[in-house]
Amino acid sequence: MQINATVIIINVIAILGISFSFFKNKQKSIMALKVALKGTLNMAPSIGIILVLVGLLLGFFKPELISKLLGNQTGLVGITLASIAGAILMIPSLVAFPLTASLVESGASISVAAAFITTLTMIGFVTLPIEIEELGRKLTFLRNGISFIIAVVIALIMGALL
Amino acid sequence: MMDNNMRGKDKSKMGGQKKNKKSGLLVLLGIILTTVILLILYPENRTASIQASYKLFVEFILILPAVMVLMGLFSVWVSKETVVKYLGHASGITGLGLALFVGMMPTGPLYIAFPMASMLLKKGARVANIIIFLSAWACIKLPQELVELRFMGAKFMIIRLSFTIIMVIFMGLLIEKIDKYSKH
Repeated sequence: MQINATVIIINVIAILGISFSFFKNKQKSIMALKVALKGTLNMAPSIGIILVLVGLLLGFFKPELISKLLGNQTGLVGITLASIAGAILMIPSLVAFPLTASLVESGASISVAAAFITTLTMIGFVTLPIEIEELGRKLTFLRNGISFIIAVVIALIMGALL
Repeated sequence: MMDNNMRGKDKSKMGGQKKNKKSGLLVLLGIILTTVILLILYPENRTASIQASYKLFVEFILILPAVMVLMGLFSVWVSKETVVKYLGHASGITGLGLALFVGMMPTGPLYIAFPMASMLLKKGARVANIIIFLSAWACIKLPQELVELRFMGAKFMIIRLSFTIIMVIFMGLLIEKIDKYSKH
């Protein structure tokens, strides 16, 4: 029921990729699988949190409430709040998409979703110190600052288009 | 020498990841406990809640392993050294395109991109290229886009992706201008 073209394409690409890799170099392929496993284990707690959180969200928060808090009528305030949340939070984007999708399903606006996803991925509050150390203050603040504005602009455009 | 430097950074970061994992597990435990209590107190919300979690769980099983395998493959086959080698030499529009393309490859978390970016800067790569490379690395990862496609739908994903690419290129050029101007 939940299997569609995207699922099939992703899995086919992965299977083709790993087969080709094994054909070329067995050792490297085993290493790749190890990296994949380690990445999955590292992400396991976040996956668990999102699973339970989405259950809570859809079970307890009525769509009316979510749409009141994050719906279209919140306008620029909603978008700005979503952008700030996205900039500060450190959620792996892989698990952020389902979370955002379920928010949209229960009434959050497209703009809010776009703003949240864009700042979440582009801006790293937690990684700021590393970025400053490597690239200097000027470039870091310019990149993160402009990214924030871009996120709001993209959110507004998407709200208008979708 | 540069290579050693990067390895050292990776290692110091790994300690942080372990700590993150521990606090992540604690948060998970807290949330599970809260949920169990809530579901006992409000049995009428039980079905909807469990159904939503279960549906998402199936979703994850269907796509996550494949996405993780793809990321693993790239991290093994495309080394940091290769990326730096190609980006360091590229210039002009080819350079911008290459920075975007290389950044989009699923080669790992953002914090490994910072030392690479700083190395590229020292090697004399364009500021615009570095900013585009970093931003693409941060927010236009190919496997992530497949997940976005799955959950948010084709229209959302395509529109957000195209605008992000346009804005990222614009931002790279803008920051380069500001950087040049402020140096004079």
